[in-house]
Amino acid sequence: MGGILGFGPNGWGPALLSGALVTIEITIGAFICGLVIGTLTAAARLSRVPPLVVLARGYTTICRAIPELLLILVLYYLGSQLLNEALHAIGLGDAPISGFATAIIVLGLVQGAYASEIIRGAILAIPYGQIEAAHAFGHARILLFRRIILPTMLPMAIGGLSNLWMVLIKDSALISVVGYSELLYTAKQAAGYTQRYFLFYVVAAAVYYAMTLVSNIGIRSIEGRFGRWMPVRAR
Amino acid sequence: MLPKLVEVDGLRKSFGPVEVLKGVSLTARQGDVLALIGGSGSGKSTLLRCLNLLEMPNGGRLVVNGEEVAIRHDRHNRPMLADRRQLARIRSGVGMVFQSFNLWPHLTVLQNVMEAPIHVMGEKRAEATEHAMSLLERVGLTEKRDVYPGFLSGGQQQRVAIARALAIRPRLLLFDEPTSALDPELVGEVLKVIRGLADEGRTMILVTHEMRFARDVASHVCFLRGGVIEEEGPPRELFSNPQTAACRQFIGTHLAH
Repeated sequence: MGGILGFGPNGWGPALLSGALVTIEITIGAFICGLVIGTLTAAARLSRVPPLVVLARGYTTICRAIPELLLILVLYYLGSQLLNEALHAIGLGDAPISGFATAIIVLGLVQGAYASEIIRGAILAIPYGQIEAAHAFGHARILLFRRIILPTMLPMAIGGLSNLWMVLIKDSALISVVGYSELLYTAKQAAGYTQRYFLFYVVAAAVYYAMTLVSNIGIRSIEGRFGRWMPVRAR
Repeated sequence: MLPKLVEVDGLRKSFGPVEVLKGVSLTARQGDVLALIGGSGSGKSTLLRCLNLLEMPNGGRLVVNGEEVAIRHDRHNRPMLADRRQLARIRSGVGMVFQSFNLWPHLTVLQNVMEAPIHVMGEKRAEATEHAMSLLERVGLTEKRDVYPGFLSGGQQQRVAIARALAIRPRLLLFDEPTSALDPELVGEVLKVIRGLADEGRTMILVTHEMRFARDVASHVCFLRGGVIEEEGPPRELFSNPQTAACRQFIGTHLAH
């Protein structure tokens, strides 16, 4: 048994390991993508500029309403078709659509929709006086956002965002439907090839579990950092 | 005559249908200490907040630090600055101290004091640190430099807030009920700092409920009622011989205890 899980000539070890690495890469990439999109969307929704608010609200509604699996399929197949048609129209050949980029963009879009609501709520929870003081001392727009709003809302967003991260680790498995070799896809291939379904699915599950365990430690240390300035620290 | 730092003439401010300031006029020359007193809803805080444009007046003339504020109205008739750059200029010359301190909780005491000088005014870090430390020494909080505001008492937080206001080297200081959120035993330490600033000739406008303090420290007192200055004068006259019934009653109840 050690043979098929190991790193020998018949072992699936290297493939599983690279699948796990891909899962981690997709998760990190999509999370960062989601944070950026989420922050911008939250800022747009709070901007009080009507077109921006409508746009941001439309995006969050749609991306939270449609199953991620469906979004991945639509974006991967429809997106590549549209892109290729556009390229043909200007006389160029097919564009290689990478499963990796699709995974990060699609998952990032979905994450961004959820993250924007968490971040918006956290910003609204900042005592207004702190923002007003920043106004009074000349902070405007980007400086205000970067120096005051972002750091003060983080402790209030961290709980929701760590939930998103946990869900994202597992949602990254959805990308296997477009044939991209992340952890689950690799495990499925190994299981089919060796006919050892139970073994490989349990191994995949254990690897996902290990990832969440490590994440928990990371999240706790991030939360601990806010204890420096939050008088009541949540342990 | 010393130069005028603040000139307000016929200032009006409405929140929706409610007119809070109905034509207020006042002048502060360099070195003046103006106390704004009056009941809640009289418009005194709104008046103070108009001076650094935290509220945009609907009408009237406003000159701060020698610069006339140019106001125009958008198509919804909401007041706004004709030139947005004026906002930064006006605010860089005015230090503000709030009722509820409003320190930034994620920055240490020293960082709070240095924030605006470094990030808004572009001072060099070494210079800003030196200045901030001298201000903390002045408010008696040198040893708290690396503490976060959440771990300080209200009186200590307000003294940090005063140091933060002084750090931008303002020509004008505004205090919005600086002791109203404090426990009674902490009021004294904050008033002592403010009194020191008055003694060194700083130009200050303060909204306060501390009548004795206003009487002892202010050079001029304005009693607001219903959005207008109903009575004003030097503190000795206004407190000992108020002319209007409302002012007499207000001072009577507030000086009694």
